[in-house]
Amino acid sequence: MSDAPLLTVSDLHVTFATEDGTLRAVDGVSWELREGEVLAIVGESGSGKSVSAQTIMGLTRGSNARFEGEIHYGDHELVGASDAELRKLRGSEIAMIFQDPMTSLNPVYRVGSQIAEQIRAHDDVSKAEARERTIELFKEVGIPNPQERIDNYPHEFSGGMRQRAMIAMAMANEPKILIADEPTTALDVTIQAQIVQILRNVRERLSSVILITHDLGVVAEIADRVLVMYGGRVVEEGTLDDIFYDPQHPYTWGLLGSLTRLDEDRPDRLPSIAGMPPSLLARPHGCAFRPRCPHAIDRCLEIPELESRIGVPGHLDRCCLEPESKRALRVVHGRIGLEAEVS
Amino acid sequence: MSPSEAAAATTPAPGPAPAGPLVEVDHLKQYFPIKGGIVLDREVGAVHAVDDVSFSIPRGETFGLVGESGCGKSTLSRSILRLLEPTAGTIRFDGADITHLGARRMRPLRSQMQMIFQDPYASLNPRKRVGQIVGDPLALHGKAKGANAIKTRVQELLEVCGLNPEHINRFPHEFSGGQRQRIGIARALALEPKLIVADEPVSALDVSIQAQIINLLEDLQDEFALTYIFVAHDLGVVRHVSDRVAVMYLGKMVEVSPSDELYAKPIHPYTIALLSAIPIPDPHAQAARAQIVLTGDVPSPIDPPPGCRFAGRCPRATDVCRAIEPPLVEYASGHLAACHHPVGVAAADLAGAKIASQSPASAGTDLPDAREGGRSWEDGPAASLV
Repeated sequence: MSDAPLLTVSDLHVTFATEDGTLRAVDGVSWELREGEVLAIVGESGSGKSVSAQTIMGLTRGSNARFEGEIHYGDHELVGASDAELRKLRGSEIAMIFQDPMTSLNPVYRVGSQIAEQIRAHDDVSKAEARERTIELFKEVGIPNPQERIDNYPHEFSGGMRQRAMIAMAMANEPKILIADEPTTALDVTIQAQIVQILRNVRERLSSVILITHDLGVVAEIADRVLVMYGGRVVEEGTLDDIFYDPQHPYTWGLLGSLTRLDEDRPDRLPSIAGMPPSLLARPHGCAFRPRCPHAIDRCLEIPELESRIGVPGHLDRCCLEPESKRALRVVHGRIGLEAEVS
Repeated sequence: MSPSEAAAATTPAPGPAPAGPLVEVDHLKQYFPIKGGIVLDREVGAVHAVDDVSFSIPRGETFGLVGESGCGKSTLSRSILRLLEPTAGTIRFDGADITHLGARRMRPLRSQMQMIFQDPYASLNPRKRVGQIVGDPLALHGKAKGANAIKTRVQELLEVCGLNPEHINRFPHEFSGGQRQRIGIARALALEPKLIVADEPVSALDVSIQAQIINLLEDLQDEFALTYIFVAHDLGVVRHVSDRVAVMYLGKMVEVSPSDELYAKPIHPYTIALLSAIPIPDPHAQAARAQIVLTGDVPSPIDPPPGCRFAGRCPRATDVCRAIEPPLVEYASGHLAACHHPVGVAAADLAGAKIASQSPASAGTDLPDAREGGRSWEDGPAASLV
């Protein structure tokens, strides 16, 4: 793994004009993806995690969408790139898999031909060659009997098989970056474990992975670095260990605390985060998490900068509480969590 | 009105303490016919969705049902509610046989069994106001008479479920996912049911909201003495809420146990694989853990394999597993498991074990062997599986 960033997102803003007003889906987000790493973007629905990732691929473009900021990939600037330029990059340099494998394959074409089509769209190869490569890809992602399966229709595949086929399609042109948007959410736990293993192989072989998920268990299994998003902003960024063992933002504490864990005794009451995620149409002033935070103080009415506050390089957070006091505040019933009551 | 007063108003007057379990399911089969042929509409096969399952649920208990998609857990819960006509077996609710009751005779019972659905976006009528969604069952069952009485009752229910009673005139789209699930819960509570079947009630919600809904369900159970059937694929959530958990695989119950025991000492290889597949949100612990990744998919329920249905994916499977269906064996402390080669069962454990009355009729009658005593898979054939 080298430290040179493969992809740089700088001060990205994405807003959508809606009937109810301007929706600020992504509000000033900056991060880097390094070569060979798995970067997890964690957050709840409406946190802007999917929109920021889809914007890399130009999938959020529309007449009501406005973009500010820049995304650099090699010599390309993706926010301002033409559709033709993006089309060349999609699939060949940056590929994406989606949450729902049931709806991301075309039901009226054979699975193999959909993948072969993708190969031929970017590489000048014969049909027979594309078919051979598809069979190879099927083998790599663990689809049994690839020679027969290649001629199946999507409805003949189970959910796990479809997600494998999607990964095969994403890997078809050996992209540098794989964006996986909730790749395991719709699957059973046993299948989920298989898919995580395939993603791990993908990373080892060729790609950096951007993993968008709300499942911190999957993050713990596979990610190198983690971005925690809330209300369209990054509230904490750090390595896997930073986020899981020394989290600085109360929202991260709440996320970690509200998990049901099989490796610990069950608590009488599951710690939860009070309230609901903020509306992106009318975000609270200052820190977006303030209304749900039991530790909020007057200073939280200003938006805290995302900066290093505890002296660990690369561990950034947006919480203005004193780091020393946080270490005491975040312990609830002997583990990291957030007190239920908002004072 | 404070929440506790609202609670007092909705609690039914305590009658004579009823005896016996609330739900008894005896050798229940639920098959779905597959029709074929152009003219004759012949039955060419059947999906064995639930295949000879027996259990009972005492009053006030939360019974967790887990398994992969297609294992029959949702079908089973719908059969118990008599939303389906069972193929064979009996279902007793509150002491009465309801297996083949007609729609008319089921109707008075409907108020006693309610359901909470997975998708809070699809399970509420978008064109009705909250007051109607929660209030209509009251009017239909005559539990409250007159518009004012219904409105008061709906507002009580909203308050009990943590919603603002003034939102009675809003439409579902004006609420977030978590709030909609609360509306669904208020609707289920409206008729003062004895049994609530919650089918994946939190899987569509964000993590922080999931915890809120689970806590609400637990509070309501304490307040109203509810019995829950909690269907979910998230074993962490099921462990948290359930008193007992049943693990299903391809229409069969493979293990039933008190919740803590199931997670501490699982016996069936499938349960162990399922537990091991769940990632632990702790990177160091996760890295140190040996994980079993099951190969393959669940076989087709149309023509299930003979013998143990898990044999094709099980690293412990031998010839007997492929030939004879394992009986459900009762071990100490009410722990049932259907496996010829149970994990972590020593000869001493087997001495007290017996074939359970819940065992399927098609199963064998021999007790399993006590192969190795170790509970860990690392020394067993599982190592070769990963």
